[in-house]
This record gives sequence, structure tokens and C-alpha cells, in this order.
Amino acid sequence: MKLFKTMLLAGAATALAAPALAQDGGGVSDDAVKIGMLLDMSGPYSALDGQGSVVAVQMAIDEMGGEIDGKTIELMTADHQNKADIGSNLARQWSDQNNIDLILGGANSGVGIALQEVTSEKNIAYINNGAATAALTNENCAPETGLHWTYDTDALANGTAVAMVKEGNDSWYFITADYAFGHKLEENAMEAVKANGGTVTGNVRAPFPTQDFSSFLLQAQGSGAKVIGLANAGTDTQNSVKQAQEFGIVQGGQKVASLLLFLTDVEALGLDAAQGLTLTTGFYWDQDDKAREWSAKFEEKHGAKPTMVQAGMYSSALNYLKAVKETGTDEAKAVVAKLKEMPIEDAFSRNGRVREDGLMVHDMFLAQVKTPDESEGKWDYYNIVRTIPGDDAFRSLEDGSCAAVKG
Amino acid sequence: MSQSNPHSAGELSHLADEESEHRTPLLADLRLWAVIGIAFLLIAPHFIYPVMIAKVLCFALFAAAFNLLLGFAGLLSFGHAAFFGFSAYVTGYCLQTLGFTAELGILAGTATGALLGLLIGALAIRRQGIYFAMITLALSQMVYFVCLQAPFTGGEDGLQGVPRRPLFGVVDMTSNINVYYLVLAIFCFGIFIIYRTVHSPFGQVLKSIRENEDRAISLGYDADRYKLLAFVLSAALAGLAGSTKVMIFQLASLTDVQWQMSGEVVLMAVLGGIGTMLGPILGATIIITLQNELAQIGSLTTIVQGAVFVVCVLLFRRGIVGELSHRWNRWRGRSDETTGEEPRTASKG
Repeated sequence: MKLFKTMLLAGAATALAAPALAQDGGGVSDDAVKIGMLLDMSGPYSALDGQGSVVAVQMAIDEMGGEIDGKTIELMTADHQNKADIGSNLARQWSDQNNIDLILGGANSGVGIALQEVTSEKNIAYINNGAATAALTNENCAPETGLHWTYDTDALANGTAVAMVKEGNDSWYFITADYAFGHKLEENAMEAVKANGGTVTGNVRAPFPTQDFSSFLLQAQGSGAKVIGLANAGTDTQNSVKQAQEFGIVQGGQKVASLLLFLTDVEALGLDAAQGLTLTTGFYWDQDDKAREWSAKFEEKHGAKPTMVQAGMYSSALNYLKAVKETGTDEAKAVVAKLKEMPIEDAFSRNGRVREDGLMVHDMFLAQVKTPDESEGKWDYYNIVRTIPGDDAFRSLEDGSCAAVKG
Repeated sequence: MSQSNPHSAGELSHLADEESEHRTPLLADLRLWAVIGIAFLLIAPHFIYPVMIAKVLCFALFAAAFNLLLGFAGLLSFGHAAFFGFSAYVTGYCLQTLGFTAELGILAGTATGALLGLLIGALAIRRQGIYFAMITLALSQMVYFVCLQAPFTGGEDGLQGVPRRPLFGVVDMTSNINVYYLVLAIFCFGIFIIYRTVHSPFGQVLKSIRENEDRAISLGYDADRYKLLAFVLSAALAGLAGSTKVMIFQLASLTDVQWQMSGEVVLMAVLGGIGTMLGPILGATIIITLQNELAQIGSLTTIVQGAVFVVCVLLFRRGIVGELSHRWNRWRGRSDETTGEEPRTASKG
């Protein structure tokens, strides 16, 4: 028993000592800036995130010369396998044993929020690219350490809905994946449609996941709405888009808007099925010269054009490293505070800034998927219809529910 | 596999105990290994990351609970994730929203597991073999959909940031080391219950039902009641493991309630050795360590996990522990205890 108590005390002492070391203000801790990436490397998000994101972050590190004022930049990566406990475990381990400075989290909302909890507890900088959930800067916000970079459900739903209603597509029908994510997407889009003078003619909830969307699509077709909004993701989106094509919905004069679609989804669907889809994206490789130039370099290394998540990874790592250089420390709160002062402008971001609640607000793009005739080859998939200014696309600070900011 | 004895269960276990006292050599004594194991686990957090071992212990308890059903009652449940995952949600909700202390939260989760086990078990044990497995799978999928839809679970975001409330309202649980020792205590308690169950008259009846249900019934045992009790016990312990996991990671997510998790626990038990005490513990340790270590070397995790499984199925039909103890017994010129043959039976021929 005595032995047990001694061990308990020794253990508790080690546990207490670790955060004390990490909070050591000023300077770069243990002579290295350590970046850890927790991504889906083998599962459903590995194409839009995964290895490509690692390549993108390595590009950012190379751009900084691999070091900051003589302190090397180290990169660690791990596959969270879409399990929140694995992500959380690795983040804690990296924090307690490796004294990690920044964690870059990838797609999967459950893991994304779990990492936010760990990093804010351990005082580690955390930037998420790829998790769709808006909770990262609302209910589960941690604005002193945790940032959300590329997009969230609000921006995508809102961006698409507002832009389309303004173009006169003012009546909507929603096909919604019947779980929290789908409901949120639908709710955001509905609000935006109504706020801009449009009407919602109806909605239908499809079980998640669904193989056969025909009855839902027929209802949507019969509703007479100008736009059919797909509030779903992943294979549900792919199935519903393919089947909408088979029903000739776009040819029949209705528009199909996908509220969450990645470049890799279009690649998987093929232009025959995806043509005419309207969507919002945070980045398109062909959006302007800067993006084209960077994307060409990325393609050389990775063999594919970057998705918005991969480009966002690059952007967040690059700006984090710049902020470390300017502040001269890798202490999380100081660097995050610096990031909130800096304009975010690079190959990925246009007119970007990090808001108080941790959301990176930047221009989004309304895009329409090209027809096979318009496309000049592989990856030439989108027509950028117009730019949506960041403040229009993202939820305003007043509408958010981040307790730390609202006080 | 020989027939079970027409002795009463109590007599059987008595004979088995006597046997082991006479013949078990020091190295094969489970008690010795238990002492070594616990001693190792007490000092382990000084050289292995405590959160990691705590996680392994949780899954080991989960696999052992599953094995109680498959290994000793011969019931292959393909829905154990429901108990593991749903209990985690209940514990998370109790700690976060209702402000329960740690031990009450875990108790609530365990009770939920037991209750859910009673409901699912009562329906499932009416059928056998593949039908039993399919019914448990179907019912656990219903639980999954409840977790996906119910407002309190947070959908795919999961229940996050669950506070580590103090144990009994006084013992601080915020440090990883304290949580680790809590988990270790719960683990030992759970394994002890399983050990006692397996080595009790009740356990003997379960084994006899596994070997020949008709004969057990003809001897006057109400097989369904025994099976249901085993099911509820297994579900409660799976719930206990799930609830404990919430204390470690402060979250409950859909991963734990998905059918893949039911598959993973089968994998753990099969890999380690079905129907052995140490097998599921070793199996869980291997799988969880693989998942954690391989995570850091890229995209190979699931492939390696699959390969390990294939190799084990080809080379160690009885699972790692099952195979080792089989070899050991062969070498000692004894028959297997682990595969269900009681030493007594074998000596009679």
C-alpha cells in the first residue's frame, strides 16, 4: 500500500510537471517547432485529406526553409482512423511525451472536436481543416488555442443558398440526410433562403446512409422548386447526384445544389453525372494565378490537384509558422493571438482574417460543375460563378454561440 | 470434444478445483500470473503512457466480457458495441449534464448496459447460431440509430468535453495517473467477476449448455435462463468498460456503437483465444497497440490488422493464448482445460 501511494504521488507529480513545462513562456520550447497532424489516412476522407495534406504541410515547412531562426521544424503525422479516442489519445501522448506545439486536425467532426478539447486543456495550438462541424467555433469553441480554417457547414450552406437566391433561384426543396449533420446543413440553408426572400417548398429526410434516392428525388422533382438542395455528404451525395442525373433533373430545368462537395467527389462521380451541380468551395486550384502556381507544384509532388482541405492545411501551417517567427515563441496563446492580428493572404486564402471566435473568415467561391464538353481535361471541373465575400459566406460573430467570446 | 459429465455442476467445479490444486505446476497457475500482471500494471504508468494502458484495459475488459458469452456460453453476439457505446453515452450525459460524480456516472452506464442486455438478450436467446448473431446485430443497429438521432448524443459530433468529475465527490480525477488507477481497479474488479462466474457452478452449467444444450435441458437446467443471465452479465460488463472509457477520454462517439466495434471485439477475443481468461486481454492489447502504433507510420493500420488476423487464424486456430496453453498441456501430457474439456473428463477417457 505504501508502495502504491508513493507511486501515486510520483505519478501525480509527473503529470503536474508536464503542463508546467509546456507553459514556459517566451522562446521556442526544446529548440524545435513541433507540428503534429492527425488525419484520416486510410478511410473515407483519405482522398480529400490524408497524404495530400501531409504533402501540403511539408510544402509550407519547406517554404519557411525547414527552420525558424535556427530552430528546426519537425513534422509528425498519424492516422486517427476516424476514431475520436485514437485521435484524443495520440494528441495527449504527443503533448505529454513530445511537447508538441501545433496540432493540425483533419476531416471527421467527432475527432475534430475531441482534439479541440485536448489541445485547449493542454495549451497546444490547434487548427482544423476538414471537419465540417460549426461547433468548433460555437458550442465547443476554444478561441485562445483552437482555430477552424477552411470551411464549416454554415459557410457552405449559407454561401450556396444566398448566392443562388440572389440569382433568382428562389424556391427550394431539400433532400436531407436524417442525422444531426444533415439537419444542421438544412437548417442553415433554409434560413439563408428565407432571409433573402426565397421560399422553401418542402423537404424530405432520407435515412443515413441511403442507397436508393429515387423516391426522394421524385418528390423533389414533383415539388416544382427551382433548386433541389442536397444536405448530405460523402457516399450519400455521390448516390443522390448520380441518381438525379438518371432522372434528368438538371436537363428538366431544375438546379441541383450540393451543400457539401469536394473536388475529389466530382472526380469520383465523373463529369457526366456531376455536370451542372452548384456548390460552394473554399478554394479551387484554378481560381487565380497564385492558386494555379501553387497547385502545379503540389500536383508534381502528390499526383493530383489539391482539394480545399489540402490547400487549407498548407495555408494554416504556413501562417502558423510565420506567426511563430514574428512572435519568437511557440507558446500557443501568443501565436494564436498573433494569427488573429495578421492578414491571411496566400495561395489558399483571399481577404482572410482569423476572427475572435477562432473562425478563419475568407472569400468563398460559388462554383458550377462543368459539362464534359466544357472541361479541358482532368481536374478542370469547376466554373467559378462568383466570389462570395467572407463576411457574407460565414456566420456573423453575433449569430455565433461561442461562450468565451460572448462572455 | 468430449461429452460433459452427468454430475451436478457444483460437484464438477469442486472436482476441478481439487484437480488444479494437485496437478497445476507453478508456471501454469493462473493466480501467479494474476499477481505478476497486477504488479506490472501498478508500476506500468512509469514507463508506458498511462492513457494508453488505461485504454487497453478498457478494451481488455470489453473483450473479456464478450468472451464470457462466446467462450463460455457459446453465444456469438454481434451486437456488443451497443452495450459498450450506449453506456458510454449514458455515462457521458450523467457526468456532463446531470452532474453525477464519477462512480455514479459509471454505475449508471453499467446499469444501462445490463438493462439493454436484458432487452436484447431476452429477444436474441430464443434463436441459436447465426440467427442469434443476426438478431443481436439488428438490435444493436437500432441502438446505433438511436445514438445517431437522439439529441443528447450530439450526432456525429459525439458527446464531447465530458468533465472528469471527482470520485465519490472527493478524489480528484483530472490527472491521468489517478484515472489510470481507477481504471485499473475497475478492470481487476471486472476480470475477477468474470473469473468467479466462469469457475462457479453457474459457469459449469454455461459450459455444459455450450457443449450440448439438449443434454443440459434434459438434466433439468433451464438453459434459456442461464443464457439470459450470462448475456445480461456480459452486457453489464461491456457497459462498465464503455463507461470507464468515458472517464479516460472525456468523450463518447459513434465509433463505439457502430457495428465495426462489434466486429473488433470479436477480433480481439478470437486473436487472443476464445474461452481462455487471458486470451481476450492479450488480444485487446495487441489490437489497441497496433492501432495506436501503426497510426503514426501512415496508412497501413487496417491492412496490417487484417494481415495479423489472417496469420493468427492460419497458425493459431485456438488464438494465441489458447494455442500456447494447448501446447503446454500437450507437453505436460494433459488434455486441455481451455478448449472446454475438463481434466476430469479426459482422465476418465
